[in-house]
Formats: sequence, C-alpha cells, structure tokens
Amino acid sequence: MRDHGFPSPGRPSSAASALGIATTGLATALILVLLAVILGTVVLQGWPALSWRFVSTVPRRDFFDPQSAAVLPMIIGTTTRILLMTVFVMPVGVITAVYLSEYARADSPYTHAVRVAIGNLAGVPSIVFGLFGLGFFINFLGRNLDRLAGTSGPHWGQPSLLWASLTLAVMTLPVVIVATEEALRATPTGLREASLALGATKLETILCIVLPQALPGILTGGILAVSRAAGEVAPILFTGAAYYMASLPQKPTDQFMDLGYHTYILATQSPNIERTRPILFATVLVLLALTFSLNAVAILVRARLRRTGRDIA
Amino acid sequence: MSPQPHQDPAPPVPADPPHAEVIRTRDLTLHYGAVRALNGITLGIPRHRVTSFIGPSGCGKSSLLRCFNRMNDLIDNVRIAGHCEVEGEDVLGRDVDVIGLRKRVGMVFQRSNPFPRSIHENIAYALRIHGIRDRAAVEETVERSLRAAALWDEVKDRLDESALRLSGGQQQRLCIARAIAIRPQILLMDEPASALDPTATTRIEELILELRRDYTIVIVTHNMQQATRISDFTAFFYLGELVEFGTSAQVFTHPAHRQTEDYVTGRFG
Repeated sequence: MRDHGFPSPGRPSSAASALGIATTGLATALILVLLAVILGTVVLQGWPALSWRFVSTVPRRDFFDPQSAAVLPMIIGTTTRILLMTVFVMPVGVITAVYLSEYARADSPYTHAVRVAIGNLAGVPSIVFGLFGLGFFINFLGRNLDRLAGTSGPHWGQPSLLWASLTLAVMTLPVVIVATEEALRATPTGLREASLALGATKLETILCIVLPQALPGILTGGILAVSRAAGEVAPILFTGAAYYMASLPQKPTDQFMDLGYHTYILATQSPNIERTRPILFATVLVLLALTFSLNAVAILVRARLRRTGRDIA
Repeated sequence: MSPQPHQDPAPPVPADPPHAEVIRTRDLTLHYGAVRALNGITLGIPRHRVTSFIGPSGCGKSSLLRCFNRMNDLIDNVRIAGHCEVEGEDVLGRDVDVIGLRKRVGMVFQRSNPFPRSIHENIAYALRIHGIRDRAAVEETVERSLRAAALWDEVKDRLDESALRLSGGQQQRLCIARAIAIRPQILLMDEPASALDPTATTRIEELILELRRDYTIVIVTHNMQQATRISDFTAFFYLGELVEFGTSAQVFTHPAHRQTEDYVTGRFG
C-alpha cells in the first residue's frame, strides 16, 4: 500500500486521497456496525426476559427455567470482585509507576527488568492467571494461613472473593502501571520545578503537585482495568466463582456467583437450550449494563476532576 | 575542591559603592555530559542590587543561575567543579541542605508555572511546605506577597479562582508572589518577561525595581534595554565564559571588551 490517504506535498492526487478517505471511513463504519449488531442482538433478545424480579432476587429453584431464573447474586458477586480488585490494584499499580517514573534510574538493569516483567505480565493469557491464583493464592498462601491459624477445615485455602479479586488485580496491574506512568510523564516539568524551587522535597512535590495533576490519567488506568476485569471469566474459574450458591456471599472468604461465568453455564449446561436462551441474553445484557455503568461512574468522576483542575482549586 | 579562604578578589567589581557579595563563585565549571556549558566562572553578586546575566543563547547564563539554588540537580549527567557560595556557605557540596538553600534563594522561571489550583492555594502551598499552617499567618502572608508582587488589587476578590484563569503577566506576578512568600534573600529570575507582551513586561520591570529594596535579584535576559533599565550590574557571557562584569552603565556604554561591545550594540547575538 503506497497511498495512505494523506496528501503529500509535491504529489497531489485527489483520487488517492479519496480512496484513503473511503478506506478509513469504511473501517470505522465496520466497527460501528459490529457494535450495533452485538448490542442490538443482546438487547432485542434479552430485553423480553428482563424483569425487576430477574435482577433483584436470588434464584430459588432451577436457574435454567425462565420462571425462576434470577441474577441478583451474580450482580453482587461480579460488582464485589471488581471493586475489591480495584482496591488492590490501584495503590500497588500507582506506587509502582511512581517508583518507575520518579525514582528508578532509567538506565539501571533492575528498572529494565521490571519493565520487561510488566510487558510480559500484560501478555500472559488470562487462564494462566487463573492457574497462578489457584497455585499461589489458594494452595500456597491460603493453606499456609490455615495452618498458621490452626483452623480445622479450609477457611483461607479455598476459592473465594478475596483470591479471585487478587488474581484479577495481578492481571490488570500492567494496565494501571502503564497508564499511570504515562500520566506522570505528561505532568509539565515547570510544575515540578516550581514546587522544588520553593523548597519542597521530592516526596512533597510528587504527592501534592504531580499526583493530583496525573489523577485523571490514573483514573483512565482504573477504567481500563475495570473494563478488562469485568468480563473476564478465566481468572476466576479456579479462584472463586461458584456454579451455584444458595445464599449471597457474606465475607471475602466466601465463594460467589458471577455474571460472566453464569453466562457460560447458561450457554453450555442447560438441559433445554431453547427455553434458556432468553435468560442467557438477559444475563449478558445485565453484564453489559453493569460494565457500562461502572465505567460511566469512573468517567464522570474523571471529567469532574478535569473540570476542577481547570477552574477552581 | 580544596577549601580556601575567600581572600582572593572577585573580578573587578566597581568599588563605588562597595557592596557585600551575597553570591560568590570561583572557577565554576559545568559540564552536561561531555559538553562544557560553563568554564571557570569567577563572579561576585552584590547584595540588594539587580544583576543581569546577558549573552547569546547557549552561553551558560541559565546554567549558572541554576547553580545558585541547585536546580541543576534535576538534570542527569551534570558535573560541576569549582566553588559556589551563597551567604558565605558552600552550596555545591553533597551534604548541603538543598531545601534550606531553596528557601533562601527563590526562583522565577521563563514560562510562568502557577500550580493548577486557586490563587490563594498557590501561595499557601509554599507556606505549608515550610510548616506555616496557622490560618491568620497564611492569610496575612498571602496578602503581603500579592501586594509586594503588585497583584493584590487585581485578584483580592477572586483568591479562590483558578490561577490558570489569570493573564500571562498576572500568572508571572503570581509566581513572583509565591517565590517571595517564603521570604527568600535572593530571587533568581530566568527570563521572567520573555513570554509576555510589552505592557506586562513593563509591569514586571517596575516590580523588579520595587523588589530590589528587599531582595538581591539575579535576572537572565535577552533584552538589552531591559538589562539597562533595571539592572545595577551586568555580566556578559559568551560560550560558557564570563567575558565582562561591571556596572550596567559601564558594560553598556564603555565595554572593556570588543565582544561585549559587539553584543550590546546588536552586531551579533
């Protein structure tokens, strides 16, 4: 492809330019069409099965049956694991990024190794994170905690909200680190110099000037992490998601039901696929709505921060 | 660097009137990596006077200015040799209290850099990092500094507004107010008016003449007229060397060196 759609000086070619515009425009339209098809199918097929009872009750009997199916425990499970994950991943990710961009020597082999590790971590398939969570958090950390606490049965050493959230936090760590580093780098040198020249320490400058300035960018990292984690099923398969629980999770060491995993169950385990299909789509619709609203909250907070940053203290 | 008594004379500073030197450098040499930016600078800066650093871009003026408050620490690969003292204390050593030094030696930058906070908070932050939190003291200092920077009348009714809403000249005066809020003895100004329009520049110049009574001011400028208007002393730098240092009247009207004359008359630069 020689023509990339940008008019180049000395070689004006309106035909090539038109072709470029058409190609890029078509590619954009394709994405919009795909999105519309996905959303349209989910909404059209899922909407009829959606009801207040469906989203606000615990399924008492058969959850493959549209009469008794309900997703409240899954909504709560998915929301909780995402929020818990955010609580774990944000501080660790932000502190790591601050170290890398503000303190670490750019040319040291250690910094280089950390960066390579972050890059590799981002490329690991999510099922591997699931197995890692099972091996490290549950079988190693959990069991040893049980041994130390001297509990009779497994309390820590079993799949739970806590371990699933931690596994997801490990998985989304690179996203937060990279976004935060970018935001820190984008902070104007002039602001740092202003603070340091007043006699502020490096730490004061980072905490009071640089981090607040970078906050919208850091939130972008959080948004990306939430988006990535919300729909993931593989990392929580072995680390916390349950096929069925009669009651809602009460504490972080309880297992939970999850919208994504439940979608998989409805799609593959139903004794009557035709009968289950509407609630399958309704469940997907709820998952999409939940992901969108979590993102919307974060985006609103970020927009508010940006506005305050510009206007008032 | 061997500690020596400060008896050897600084370069010919005119003795009329004799001023105590607040900043002294001796054989100060600065490298960025392999590039030498300053070469054997020996200079004494008089107290409560305005001293201009002039010279073509890249001649080392700003690098020298940034030695006085250790802002070169922020740049990798800087090597500095020689002596630099502020108020008789070495400022280049490893165990120098950089925080304390920067409290005594304030700085105003070429591009105004107010924090993206309120006008009030810009100054309150400077006070807070030096432990001043008492409300009355903060309010009093905010007003005093803004008055000293000739900004109070323009902003007194909107102290809680973002500093970024101020005009360029106002922002620069806010930066000056912020710098003097912590009562430094010396004010370093790195081309403080080069990004401003003529009216705003005039206001900054008037302000500098005003501040001269209480502070020792060192200003880097590319503007010859500005240097003649506001400074008592002028140092001309060329390619990292101090070519000439004297009263501004002398440097601009009877320069001792050919290079200085060519530069101040606009024949090169």
